[in-house]
Amino acid sequence: MISDLILMNGYGIYVWSAFAFTLIGFFSLYFIISLQLKKEQKRFEKNFTTLSEEKYTVAINQEINKEILKHSGSKV
Amino acid sequence: MFDYFNPYRIFKINSTLQKIIFLCFILTLSIGLVEALFLSPEDYLQKDSVRIMYVHVPAAWISLGIFSTIALLSFSVFVFKNKNFILISKSLAPSGILFTLIALVTGSIWGKPTWGTWWAWDARITSMLILFLFYTLYLLSFRIFEDQDRSNKISSIIAIFGAINIPIIKFSVDWWNTLHQPASISLTEKSAIHSSMLIPLLIMTAAFALFSVLIFLMKYNTELIKIKNKGLKRL
Repeated sequence: MISDLILMNGYGIYVWSAFAFTLIGFFSLYFIISLQLKKEQKRFEKNFTTLSEEKYTVAINQEINKEILKHSGSKV
Repeated sequence: MFDYFNPYRIFKINSTLQKIIFLCFILTLSIGLVEALFLSPEDYLQKDSVRIMYVHVPAAWISLGIFSTIALLSFSVFVFKNKNFILISKSLAPSGILFTLIALVTGSIWGKPTWGTWWAWDARITSMLILFLFYTLYLLSFRIFEDQDRSNKISSIIAIFGAINIPIIKFSVDWWNTLHQPASISLTEKSAIHSSMLIPLLIMTAAFALFSVLIFLMKYNTELIKIKNKGLKRL
Protein backbone atom coordinates (compact mmCIF):
# COMPACT_ATOMS: atom_id res chain seq x y z
CA MET A 1 0.00 0.00 0.00
CA ILE A 2 2.65 2.50 1.10
CA SER A 3 5.07 1.33 -1.58
CA ASP A 4 2.30 1.85 -4.17
CA LEU A 5 1.96 5.46 -3.01
CA ILE A 6 5.69 5.99 -3.21
CA LEU A 7 6.29 4.21 -6.51
CA MET A 8 3.12 5.48 -8.29
CA ASN A 9 3.32 2.87 -11.04
CA GLY A 10 6.88 3.84 -11.88
CA TYR A 11 6.16 7.59 -12.04
CA GLY A 12 7.00 8.21 -8.35
CA ILE A 13 10.49 9.52 -9.06
CA TYR A 14 9.07 12.21 -11.38
CA VAL A 15 6.09 13.15 -9.20
CA TRP A 16 7.99 13.28 -5.90
CA SER A 17 10.93 15.19 -7.36
CA ALA A 18 8.56 17.81 -8.88
CA PHE A 19 6.78 18.28 -5.53
CA ALA A 20 10.07 18.27 -3.60
CA PHE A 21 11.56 20.94 -5.88
CA THR A 22 8.46 23.11 -5.38
CA LEU A 23 8.46 22.78 -1.59
CA ILE A 24 12.22 23.36 -1.33
CA GLY A 25 11.75 26.46 -3.51
CA PHE A 26 8.99 27.73 -1.20
CA PHE A 27 11.03 27.09 1.93
CA SER A 28 14.19 28.69 0.50
CA LEU A 29 12.45 31.88 -0.66
CA TYR A 30 10.56 32.22 2.63
CA PHE A 31 13.82 31.74 4.56
CA ILE A 32 15.75 34.28 2.43
CA ILE A 33 13.01 36.96 2.66
CA SER A 34 12.59 36.42 6.44
CA LEU A 35 16.33 36.83 6.88
CA GLN A 36 16.37 40.05 4.81
CA LEU A 37 13.43 41.44 6.82
CA LYS A 38 15.07 40.68 10.18
CA LYS A 39 18.38 42.16 8.99
CA GLU A 40 16.70 45.43 7.96
CA GLN A 41 14.71 45.59 11.22
CA LYS A 42 17.92 45.17 13.24
CA ARG A 43 19.71 47.81 11.16
CA PHE A 44 16.77 50.20 11.67
CA GLU A 45 16.82 49.63 15.42
CA LYS A 46 20.60 50.17 15.54
CA ASN A 47 20.33 53.40 13.52
CA PHE A 48 17.61 54.61 15.87
CA THR A 49 19.71 54.10 18.99
CA THR A 50 22.58 56.12 17.53
CA LEU A 51 20.42 59.20 16.81
CA SER A 52 20.99 62.41 18.75
CA GLU A 53 18.20 63.50 21.09
CA GLU A 54 16.95 66.14 18.66
CA LYS A 55 16.88 63.77 15.69
CA TYR A 56 15.33 61.05 17.83
CA THR A 57 12.40 63.35 18.70
CA VAL A 58 11.82 64.05 15.00
CA ALA A 59 12.09 60.38 14.00
CA ILE A 60 9.96 58.91 16.78
CA ASN A 61 7.08 61.24 15.91
CA GLN A 62 6.75 59.67 12.47
CA GLU A 63 3.96 57.07 12.54
CA ILE A 64 5.73 54.66 10.22
CA ASN A 65 8.90 54.63 12.35
CA LYS A 66 6.84 53.81 15.44
CA GLU A 67 5.15 51.01 13.52
CA ILE A 68 8.48 49.54 12.31
CA LEU A 69 9.88 49.57 15.85
CA LYS A 70 6.69 48.03 17.22
CA HIS A 71 6.81 45.11 14.79
CA SER A 72 10.53 44.49 15.21
CA GLY A 73 9.90 43.92 18.92
CA SER A 74 12.19 46.82 19.78
CA LYS A 75 12.49 48.35 23.26
CA VAL A 76 13.74 51.67 21.82
CA MET B 1 -7.46 56.95 -4.50
CA PHE B 2 -3.67 56.84 -4.09
CA ASP B 3 -4.08 57.19 -0.33
CA TYR B 4 -4.70 53.43 -0.37
CA PHE B 5 -1.09 53.07 -1.56
CA ASN B 6 0.21 55.12 1.37
CA PRO B 7 3.34 53.24 2.61
CA TYR B 8 2.43 53.65 6.30
CA ARG B 9 -1.05 52.26 5.69
CA ILE B 10 0.30 49.31 3.68
CA PHE B 11 3.03 48.60 6.28
CA LYS B 12 0.48 48.53 9.09
CA ILE B 13 -1.89 46.22 7.20
CA ASN B 14 1.03 44.04 6.03
CA SER B 15 2.35 43.42 9.50
CA THR B 16 -1.05 42.29 10.76
CA LEU B 17 -1.89 40.23 7.69
CA GLN B 18 1.37 38.23 7.51
CA LYS B 19 0.50 35.76 10.28
CA ILE B 20 -3.07 35.21 8.99
CA ILE B 21 -1.85 34.63 5.42
CA PHE B 22 0.86 32.27 6.66
CA LEU B 23 -1.68 30.13 8.54
CA CYS B 24 -4.09 30.12 5.57
CA PHE B 25 -1.21 29.13 3.26
CA ILE B 26 -0.12 26.18 5.46
CA LEU B 27 -3.73 24.97 5.76
CA THR B 28 -4.52 25.29 2.03
CA LEU B 29 -1.19 23.73 1.00
CA SER B 30 -1.72 20.75 3.34
CA ILE B 31 -5.20 20.08 1.93
CA GLY B 32 -3.93 20.63 -1.62
CA LEU B 33 -1.00 18.23 -1.19
CA VAL B 34 -3.21 15.45 0.20
CA GLU B 35 -5.70 15.96 -2.64
CA ALA B 36 -3.03 16.18 -5.34
CA LEU B 37 -0.82 13.31 -4.21
CA PHE B 38 -3.27 10.80 -2.75
CA LEU B 39 -6.96 11.54 -3.35
CA SER B 40 -7.15 12.72 -6.96
CA PRO B 41 -7.45 9.98 -9.60
CA GLU B 42 -4.73 9.05 -12.07
CA ASP B 43 -5.14 9.98 -15.72
CA TYR B 44 -6.20 7.25 -18.17
CA LEU B 45 -3.31 8.16 -20.48
CA GLN B 46 -0.61 9.80 -18.38
CA LYS B 47 -1.27 7.65 -15.28
CA ASP B 48 0.25 9.06 -12.05
CA SER B 49 2.57 11.49 -13.85
CA VAL B 50 -0.49 13.77 -14.23
CA ARG B 51 -0.04 14.71 -10.55
CA ILE B 52 2.84 17.00 -11.61
CA MET B 53 0.10 19.19 -13.14
CA TYR B 54 -0.91 20.25 -9.59
CA VAL B 55 2.37 22.12 -9.12
CA HIS B 56 3.25 22.92 -12.73
CA VAL B 57 0.01 24.62 -13.82
CA PRO B 58 -0.58 26.87 -10.74
CA ALA B 59 3.08 27.96 -10.86
CA ALA B 60 2.77 28.91 -14.55
CA TRP B 61 -0.55 30.75 -14.00
CA ILE B 62 0.76 32.76 -11.06
CA SER B 63 4.08 33.62 -12.70
CA LEU B 64 2.17 35.05 -15.67
CA GLY B 65 -0.28 36.88 -13.39
CA ILE B 66 2.53 38.44 -11.37
CA PHE B 67 4.47 39.60 -14.43
CA SER B 68 1.30 41.10 -15.94
CA THR B 69 0.72 43.00 -12.68
CA ILE B 70 4.34 44.19 -12.62
CA ALA B 71 4.05 45.40 -16.24
CA LEU B 72 0.77 47.20 -15.52
CA LEU B 73 2.22 48.88 -12.41
CA SER B 74 5.39 49.82 -14.32
CA PHE B 75 3.27 51.46 -17.00
CA SER B 76 1.34 53.28 -14.26
CA VAL B 77 4.63 54.61 -12.87
CA PHE B 78 5.12 56.59 -16.08
CA VAL B 79 1.50 57.78 -16.13
CA PHE B 80 0.86 58.61 -12.46
CA LYS B 81 4.49 59.16 -11.28
CA ASN B 82 3.72 57.18 -8.13
CA LYS B 83 6.98 55.62 -6.84
CA ASN B 84 5.10 53.30 -4.53
CA PHE B 85 4.06 51.30 -7.62
CA ILE B 86 7.75 50.45 -8.11
CA LEU B 87 7.99 49.28 -4.52
CA ILE B 88 4.95 47.04 -5.03
CA SER B 89 6.33 45.67 -8.34
CA LYS B 90 9.77 45.05 -6.86
CA SER B 91 8.18 43.15 -3.96
CA LEU B 92 6.11 40.98 -6.30
CA ALA B 93 9.09 39.92 -8.43
CA PRO B 94 10.81 37.38 -6.08
CA SER B 95 7.78 35.07 -5.92
CA GLY B 96 7.19 35.63 -9.66
CA ILE B 97 10.68 34.44 -10.58
CA LEU B 98 10.39 31.44 -8.23
CA PHE B 99 7.07 30.38 -9.80
CA THR B 100 8.54 30.72 -13.30
CA LEU B 101 11.46 28.52 -12.26
CA ILE B 102 9.07 25.97 -10.70
CA ALA B 103 6.97 25.93 -13.91
CA LEU B 104 10.10 25.35 -16.02
CA VAL B 105 11.65 22.65 -13.82
CA THR B 106 8.43 20.73 -13.09
CA GLY B 107 7.51 21.03 -16.79
CA SER B 108 10.86 19.50 -17.67
CA ILE B 109 10.33 16.68 -15.13
CA TRP B 110 6.81 16.08 -16.54
CA GLY B 111 8.19 16.11 -20.10
CA LYS B 112 10.45 13.10 -19.55
CA PRO B 113 7.74 10.45 -18.91
CA THR B 114 5.20 12.17 -21.23
CA TRP B 115 7.23 13.25 -24.28
CA GLY B 116 10.39 11.20 -23.66
CA THR B 117 12.57 14.31 -23.31
CA TRP B 118 13.53 16.71 -20.54
CA TRP B 119 13.55 19.73 -22.82
CA ALA B 120 12.23 20.78 -26.23
CA TRP B 121 12.66 24.18 -27.87
CA ASP B 122 8.95 24.52 -28.59
CA ALA B 123 7.06 27.83 -28.48
CA ARG B 124 5.50 27.50 -25.01
CA ILE B 125 8.63 26.31 -23.22
CA THR B 126 10.90 28.81 -24.97
CA SER B 127 8.56 31.74 -24.26
CA MET B 128 8.43 30.68 -20.58
CA LEU B 129 12.23 30.65 -20.53
CA ILE B 130 12.16 34.18 -21.99
CA LEU B 131 9.79 35.19 -19.17
CA PHE B 132 12.34 33.84 -16.68
CA LEU B 133 15.04 35.96 -18.37
CA PHE B 134 12.82 39.06 -18.16
CA TYR B 135 12.26 38.43 -14.43
CA THR B 136 16.03 38.04 -13.98
CA LEU B 137 16.75 41.27 -15.89
CA TYR B 138 14.04 43.10 -13.95
CA LEU B 139 15.49 42.10 -10.58
CA LEU B 140 19.08 42.65 -11.70
CA SER B 141 18.29 46.21 -12.83
CA PHE B 142 17.76 47.21 -9.18
CA ARG B 143 21.18 45.83 -8.26
CA ILE B 144 23.18 47.02 -11.28
CA PHE B 145 22.21 50.70 -11.30
CA GLU B 146 23.05 52.60 -8.15
CA ASP B 147 21.08 55.71 -9.11
CA GLN B 148 17.56 54.96 -7.88
CA ASP B 149 15.71 57.04 -10.50
CA ARG B 150 17.67 55.35 -13.27
CA SER B 151 17.10 51.83 -11.92
CA ASN B 152 13.37 52.57 -11.48
CA LYS B 153 13.10 53.78 -15.07
CA ILE B 154 15.08 50.88 -16.57
CA SER B 155 13.26 48.21 -14.53
CA SER B 156 9.90 49.68 -15.62
CA ILE B 157 10.98 49.63 -19.28
CA ILE B 158 12.09 45.98 -18.93
CA ALA B 159 8.72 45.06 -17.43
CA ILE B 160 6.77 46.88 -20.17
CA PHE B 161 8.84 45.19 -22.91
CA GLY B 162 8.46 41.85 -21.14
CA ALA B 163 4.68 42.23 -21.26
CA ILE B 164 4.83 41.59 -25.03
CA ASN B 165 5.86 38.03 -24.14
CA ILE B 166 2.71 37.38 -22.04
CA PRO B 167 0.19 36.94 -24.93
CA ILE B 168 2.88 34.97 -26.81
CA ILE B 169 3.04 32.49 -23.90
CA LYS B 170 -0.76 32.34 -23.65
CA PHE B 171 -1.46 31.78 -27.34
CA SER B 172 1.74 29.91 -28.31
CA VAL B 173 -0.11 26.57 -28.21
CA ASP B 174 -2.72 27.92 -30.66
CA TRP B 175 -0.39 29.84 -32.99
CA TRP B 176 2.30 27.17 -33.44
CA ASN B 177 2.55 23.39 -33.47
CA THR B 178 3.94 22.62 -30.05
CA LEU B 179 4.41 19.57 -27.86
CA HIS B 180 2.27 21.36 -25.29
CA GLN B 181 -1.44 20.55 -25.19
CA PRO B 182 -3.90 23.47 -25.68
CA ALA B 183 -5.50 25.03 -22.60
CA SER B 184 -7.92 22.69 -20.80
CA ILE B 185 -9.41 25.41 -18.61
CA SER B 186 -11.07 28.54 -19.93
CA LEU B 187 -12.98 31.32 -18.22
CA THR B 188 -15.50 31.47 -21.06
CA GLU B 189 -15.95 27.79 -21.93
CA LYS B 190 -16.70 24.62 -19.99
CA SER B 191 -13.57 23.08 -18.47
CA ALA B 192 -12.19 19.94 -20.16
CA ILE B 193 -10.91 18.70 -16.79
CA HIS B 194 -13.12 16.54 -14.55
CA SER B 195 -14.04 18.06 -11.18
CA SER B 196 -12.05 15.34 -9.36
CA MET B 197 -8.91 16.89 -10.87
CA LEU B 198 -10.12 20.47 -11.15
CA ILE B 199 -10.79 20.88 -7.41
CA PRO B 200 -7.26 19.85 -6.29
CA LEU B 201 -5.85 22.06 -9.03
CA LEU B 202 -7.81 25.07 -7.75
CA ILE B 203 -6.83 24.34 -4.13
CA MET B 204 -3.16 24.20 -5.11
CA THR B 205 -3.58 27.44 -7.10
CA ALA B 206 -5.06 29.09 -4.00
CA ALA B 207 -2.12 27.84 -1.90
CA PHE B 208 0.41 29.17 -4.42
CA ALA B 209 -1.42 32.51 -4.58
CA LEU B 210 -1.36 32.78 -0.78
CA PHE B 211 2.37 32.06 -0.79
CA SER B 212 3.02 34.83 -3.31
CA VAL B 213 0.93 37.24 -1.20
CA LEU B 214 2.92 36.26 1.90
CA ILE B 215 6.26 36.81 0.18
CA PHE B 216 4.97 40.10 -1.25
CA LEU B 217 3.98 41.38 2.22
CA MET B 218 7.34 40.43 3.74
CA LYS B 219 9.37 41.84 0.85
CA TYR B 220 7.36 45.08 0.79
CA ASN B 221 8.02 45.67 4.48
CA THR B 222 11.71 44.88 3.98
CA GLU B 223 11.99 47.42 1.14
CA LEU B 224 10.10 50.03 3.15
CA ILE B 225 12.37 49.61 6.18
CA LYS B 226 15.37 49.86 3.83
CA ILE B 227 14.07 53.25 2.60
CA LYS B 228 13.40 54.40 6.15
CA ASN B 229 16.94 53.35 7.15
CA LYS B 230 18.32 55.67 4.48
CA GLY B 231 15.94 58.38 5.77
CA LEU B 232 17.27 58.06 9.32
CA LYS B 233 20.83 58.55 8.08
CA ARG B 234 19.78 61.71 6.25
CA LEU B 235 18.03 63.25 9.28
